[in-house]
Order: sequence, then structure tokens, then C-alpha cells
Amino acid sequence: MAYSVTIQTPASRIAALLGIVVIVVLIALPFFAGRSTIQDMFFILTMLVLAQFWNLLAGYSGLVSIGQQALVGIGAYALFGAVILWGVDPVPAILFAGIAALVIAVPTAFFAFRLNGAYFAIGTWVIAEVVRLLVAQWKTLGGGTGTSLPRDATRDMWFVDLIKETLDVRSAAARDILAYWLALVLALVTIGCIYWLLRTRRGLALAAVRDNTQAAESVGVDAGRMKWIVFLSSAFGTGLAGGLIYMQKARISPDAAFSVTDWTAYVIFIVVIGGIGTIEGPILGVLVFFALQSLLADFGSWYLMTLGVLAIAIMLVAPRGLWGLVSERTGLHLFPIRRRLSGGRLKLEEK
Amino acid sequence: MSLLQTKELTAHYGDFQALFGVDIELGEAETIAIIGANGAGKTTLMRSISGVLRNDPNAVTYDGTPIGASPADEIMSQGVAMVPEGRRLFPSLSVEENLLIGTYGRKIKGHWTLDTVYELFPILGERRNNPGTALSGGQQQMVAIGRALMSNPRVLLCDEISLGLAPVVIKDIYQAIPQIKTAGASLIVVEQDIAQAMAVADRVYCMMEGRVTLTGTPDSLSRDDIHDAYFGAGH
Amino acid sequence: MIWIDTIIQGILLGGLYALFASGLSLVFGIMRLVNLAHGDLIVMGAYLILVLVTLLGISPFIAVLIAMPLMFVFGYVLQKHLLNRTLGDDILPPLLVTFGLSIALQNALLEGFSADSQRLPTNALTTASLDIGPITLGVMPLLTFGSAVLVIVGLNQLFYRTELGRAFRATSDDAITASLMGIKPANIFATATGIALVIVTIAALYLGLRANFDPNIGPARLIYAFEAVIIGGLGSLWGTLLGGVIIGVAQTLGAAINPEWQILSGHIAFLLVLLIRPRGLFPRASD
Repeated sequence: MAYSVTIQTPASRIAALLGIVVIVVLIALPFFAGRSTIQDMFFILTMLVLAQFWNLLAGYSGLVSIGQQALVGIGAYALFGAVILWGVDPVPAILFAGIAALVIAVPTAFFAFRLNGAYFAIGTWVIAEVVRLLVAQWKTLGGGTGTSLPRDATRDMWFVDLIKETLDVRSAAARDILAYWLALVLALVTIGCIYWLLRTRRGLALAAVRDNTQAAESVGVDAGRMKWIVFLSSAFGTGLAGGLIYMQKARISPDAAFSVTDWTAYVIFIVVIGGIGTIEGPILGVLVFFALQSLLADFGSWYLMTLGVLAIAIMLVAPRGLWGLVSERTGLHLFPIRRRLSGGRLKLEEK
Repeated sequence: MSLLQTKELTAHYGDFQALFGVDIELGEAETIAIIGANGAGKTTLMRSISGVLRNDPNAVTYDGTPIGASPADEIMSQGVAMVPEGRRLFPSLSVEENLLIGTYGRKIKGHWTLDTVYELFPILGERRNNPGTALSGGQQQMVAIGRALMSNPRVLLCDEISLGLAPVVIKDIYQAIPQIKTAGASLIVVEQDIAQAMAVADRVYCMMEGRVTLTGTPDSLSRDDIHDAYFGAGH
Repeated sequence: MIWIDTIIQGILLGGLYALFASGLSLVFGIMRLVNLAHGDLIVMGAYLILVLVTLLGISPFIAVLIAMPLMFVFGYVLQKHLLNRTLGDDILPPLLVTFGLSIALQNALLEGFSADSQRLPTNALTTASLDIGPITLGVMPLLTFGSAVLVIVGLNQLFYRTELGRAFRATSDDAITASLMGIKPANIFATATGIALVIVTIAALYLGLRANFDPNIGPARLIYAFEAVIIGGLGSLWGTLLGGVIIGVAQTLGAAINPEWQILSGHIAFLLVLLIRPRGLFPRASD
């Protein structure tokens, strides 16, 4: 009997259909949902993008970064810089956010790759601190106190008038809808690209590098190069998300844009709770995270304490997170990556 | 009654089963040898007895008590010491410190002390302050044996103590075995070197593919028996 | 002259950073565990001393003696029942668990003590200074530096002169073989973390006596400690002291030029060392 190697599962085919339905609903959301729903969805989608990229680093490549806030912050500041200093429209300025994060990521990787494992984590944190302190010296953009996007720049932003007329909303709401759609595109492209990357030969190599760098190198996988590719691409995406988040906020300060809690701790919790090393995990994680935040955010430090303890408990009891529990029980894979061998029979004990 | 015994001992590494119901027995003041080719399961058996691999409690009994599920440090404290495969000296410790580790946290009475170990292997006394790993392979093996003896064990497990050593060095090391027996230890010696094993053992177990394929006293076993048990019939 | 004074203040400040770093270095050296909650544990130690001082009306120097055994027990239990379960080949569990612990601790302290800054009560001794020629040295910085040297001497003695130190080194080399020699690695690790938290308590005393503290300053202390360890080279305690001194001097020099550059100059000094000597100034031969 012949062997065949498949990636798809029946569940993944159903999931693909459901996914199309969900995407259509999400695109159409502004036509029937209120402004606060749109803002919540914007938050969920941008956190999802950050979580997917952190997961690509930590979950798939073993690069545990605690310095994601450097990329969010520098992306956000690049957007503000491009708008305020060069008069670029905020929408195309998001691209500058990604490029700035990419530029910062090169020296970061150069330093942090000199540190192994756990020390890599703190190394990225140090560099994020350096970037924050340097940006706080940038007086044109408000120094330590920060600044806002100029009113005429946000008012005349691309597509805002079009959205205002089509959906008959005020310009503040139109800006939120624009940001939401951009976030939706970013999230879909992010998930699509990561899924594509993991299914290529490169993606397989990535898993090999995470499991054992030396062994992977001995079979010809260039581990160093894979690390660079992954680090730079997630920096670019994280920077885009940072720019988009602060385009929507329209107000920035170094402490907020470089917050380790908002842009790294929350992101780590989302991935850990949802399930590290899967694409489904961050999606489930961000929903759980949002629910927890809606329920507990009023309790301030109790809320964060709960998140911390929950992350510890999950790491110890179910290290593959909530999605890990789900797929273990049901065998469900929405984004199957593993190649499965079917047909034929393996005889391990031939006498 | 036997001093140490395994009963229906199985062991797995993930999905791979390495031992399939192994029964061996070691009597008081006895030396047994376990021979077999690479991958026969000899080292796995040693790791199971010493507690590096955990099992069902009753799979291993020592002095009448089940120890199959006990951790390595407890088994060692009860009197079963191990000379691990590959010697595994502690690189940050000197020769003498490596020996002293064998007595960690306990007051032990018995024949073996630093002095008697240095009498057994005089070269170690001369090099007591060197880092353990700066010694030659044979000397490192002496440290590993001495380190296990320092706890004055009733059972000494020796895993491949001749591996990678020159014949003349192997002879030196095996010369120590009678003294170790005289001092009151029973031994389980794992060997690939059949002649060496036959020379020291009261009884021999031959293993293949995770099972015991042959048992007997050295003089009762013919070359052909051993060959078949070692490689499988038909080779 | 002002420069010499600045450099000396920096060296003494380095003593504080070396105290922050020694516990981190000890734990990493023995079990390859990087505890991201290290800074928050220092801050927790400072609050513990503060509580003892307030409740019992005693001097911080007496309170630290009560706090040390309490912190030892806390560290022992933390390692034995939580952190030991994360050790293994995968680096994710220890990092993520200690990161969760860091956030949980910070917020527990915020809940218990509010975000207001606190300070341990000082007395004439702690605010006194000595004039040596044209240079004025604070008694407090001198005490800090002296304590750092004592802690490092003490740890070296423990490591190389005691049975426990031998077991530490053996377990660090090869935990499985150590267990074959009758050592319980789980208890060795727990003892090491207990000792690390005793050092953390000493660091906390000086942290609280020298400056204000609040629940949010832990992560920055972790970063200084980490920089000192990396500059010195993993596993070298004297290297860690030198690393602390380098960070301290860079910070005071930076601050002398522009107060806003104090922290930044410390980080830049760290990155420069990483650039020139990626394995630190005194790397251990193995690993």
C-alpha cells in the first residue's frame, strides 16, 4: 500500500469554510456594529497581531523576546515623526512604522543573538530600554511627555471622508472604522503569512532549529539565517502594528509606547494562555484575554496579579495552553502544519 | 534470599521499549556479569536499578524492600552505588572532591575511606588535587569506582568500566575487583568484554534486544551458547 | 578632582549592583535558571524589612537579620514547589513562569503597599560621611560596597570550602550523576535559591536605605543585575563585582554630564562590553 503525506485535515477544510464566513462578517462589521464594538475589535485585532509575531519568535523559534515594546514604540514614533516632521498622511506613514522597526531590529539582533536562551530575553529588554531612553531625548516629538498627532493630519486622513459618506458617521467614528479595517487586513495578512511560512520547507527547518540547533545545522539547516529571517519579519510586523495602534490613539508618550506591560507582558500572557507554538493559540488567547480584561480591568492590580498567576498555572499544568487542551481532546487542528503519514503500515518489530 | 532482584522489569524511552520483562538476581557476596551487544539493554537495566529510570515499585527489590519507584539518591543511600557508564566525573571538582561527593550528607562507617581508596588506587592519592577530568581515561575510571566505594555500598553497579580503555589499563582496574568483594560488596558488572566478565563473575546473564537470553555460571556456558545468546541464533 | 570623586562614587554604587547581581549569578550558575522576578524579589525584601521596622520599631540593620531567614524559607519553598517544576531542556517554562511571577509580585506589592514611594528610616550613621583628603565618602555607600565584597568572599568560601559547595558544583555539572551519588538535586536547587534570597535581602536593605523605592522598580534592578553578570562573565563572582562597578561608574559619569543620561550610560557601557567581549570579561572555561 502506498504512503501519502497530507497536511489538510477534515476539520481544517470545515474551518476554512467557517473562516471565510467569519472574515466576511468581520469586514462588514462597521455596517451594523456600534463604535465601542469597533474599538474593542481594533484592540483585539492589534493585540492578536502582536501575539502572533511574539509566538513566531518564542513558540516557533525559541527566541523569547521581552523587548517587543521597542518595536511597538519605535513604530509608533516613526509614524508620528513622518506625520509631524514630513507631513506624510498617517495611513501611508504606517509603512514607515514597519521600516523603522526593521531598522531598529538589525542592531538589536546583532547584540541579542550574542546572548543565549534566557539571557537573550533580558538582552532584548535592555535594548528596548535604551531605545525608550533615547526617544525620550527627542525633544521635537515632545521628549519625555510626548505629543499628539496634529488635528489637520487626522482630519484629512486618507479614506476618512469616503467612510464618513458611505456609512454616514462622524469623522471620529470614521477614523476608528478605518483603523479597524486596517487592523483586520494586518491581522489576516499576518496569520496568512505565518501559516504560509510554517508550511514551507523553511517552516519545517524552523521547528528543527527550535528543537535542536546543532542537529538542525548538521543536516544543513542554516540556523543563524533562519533566526535573522524570523526576527526581522516579526519586527516589521510588530512595528506596523505599533504604528497602527498609535495612529488610532493619536497621542503618544515614551512611557506608554514603550510599556513593557502593555506590549510585551499582555502579549506573552495571550500566547501562553491560548497556547504557545500554534496559530490557533493566540486567537483563542486574545479572546480570553479580552474577556478577562472586560471582567476584571476595574480591579487594577488584582487583574494583573490574576493574569500572572494564570500564566504560571498554565505553564505548569498545561504548557500547550487552552488550545493545546482543546486539540488534545478533540484532535482538532484549524491550521494544520504537521505532515501526517497515511496509508501503509509501519512495522517496527520485524523478526 | 537474594540481596537484589528485578522481576518482570520493563523500561521505555518514549514510545521505544528498551526492556521486556527482565528478571535478574544478585545474592549476598555474589558477583554477576551482564553481557550483551550494544543496544541489548544493559545500561537501561543499570539505570532502572539505580533509580535514574523509575519503574513499578515491585520491579526491583533490594534487601526485601521494593525500590523500583524510588529516586536515585534514596537507592544510593540505602546501599546501592553506581559507577556510571562513561565515568561521568564532575569537571568542577578535584579528584579528592569527586571522591568525597560519595559521602555527601551522611556519616558512613565501613572499610572504604579516602585512605583505603588511595591504597587501592595509589595514583589517585598523588593526583588528589588535580581536576578529575585532567586525568587519563583509566585514572578517571579509578576515580569513578572510588567515588562509588566511598559510600561503602552493599551493592556496586559497574557499567562498562572497561569501555574505551587500553587492555593493560583494564587489567589494572579489574585487579581491584577482588579487594572490593573482600570488603563486603556484591557486584553487578556490565561488560561487552566477555572474557573479562567471565573471569570475575560467579554467574553470567546474557542480554539481547531487551531480554535475558542466557544465564549460567561461566564454566557451564559454551562459546556457542554465548555466541547465540549474544547475536541471536543464525548469525 | 570632581571626576575622581564621580568615579569613586560610581565604584561604590557598583557595590549595590553587585549585590543585586550575586543572587542572580548564583542561581544561574547552579541550575541555569534566569529568574525574571529577581528584581521584584529585591523590592519585596525591602518591603519586608520596612514592615518589620514599622511593626517592631527596630533598626533596619536588626530587621534585616529577621528578614534573612524568612526570605531563605520563601526562596526554598518557591524553588522546591514552583521553579523546580520548570527546569528542563526547554527554556520557555522557566522564563514564562518567572515572568508571570514578576508581574504577580509587582501587583501584589502594589495592592498591599500602594504605588507611593517608601524609604527605610535612616539615622546619623547612615547619613554620615568621611572626608579623605579632598574626597567625601558616604558611610552608606562604603557599607554597601563592603557588604558586596563580604558576600562575594562568603559565597566563594561556601563554594570551594564546604560540603554544600561541593554538592552545588557537582549538581551544576551533572544533576543526574549527582543524584547517583546520593544528592537530591531538588533540595540543592531549593537551598541555592534560599541563599540567593538571603543575598537579595541584604541588597534590599541597602536599596531601601539609600533611596526611595516603590513596587514598580523591580524590573530595572533586574536589568542592572543582569548587566553586571554578563559583563563579568557567567559564573565568575568577582567578575560580577567588576561588572557592577562598570555599570556604576558609567552611570555616575553619565549623570555628571547630563542627569537624564544616567541610566542610558549604564546600558551603553553594557552594550559596548557585549560588543567587544561577548562572553564577558572573565568567562568560565566551560559553557
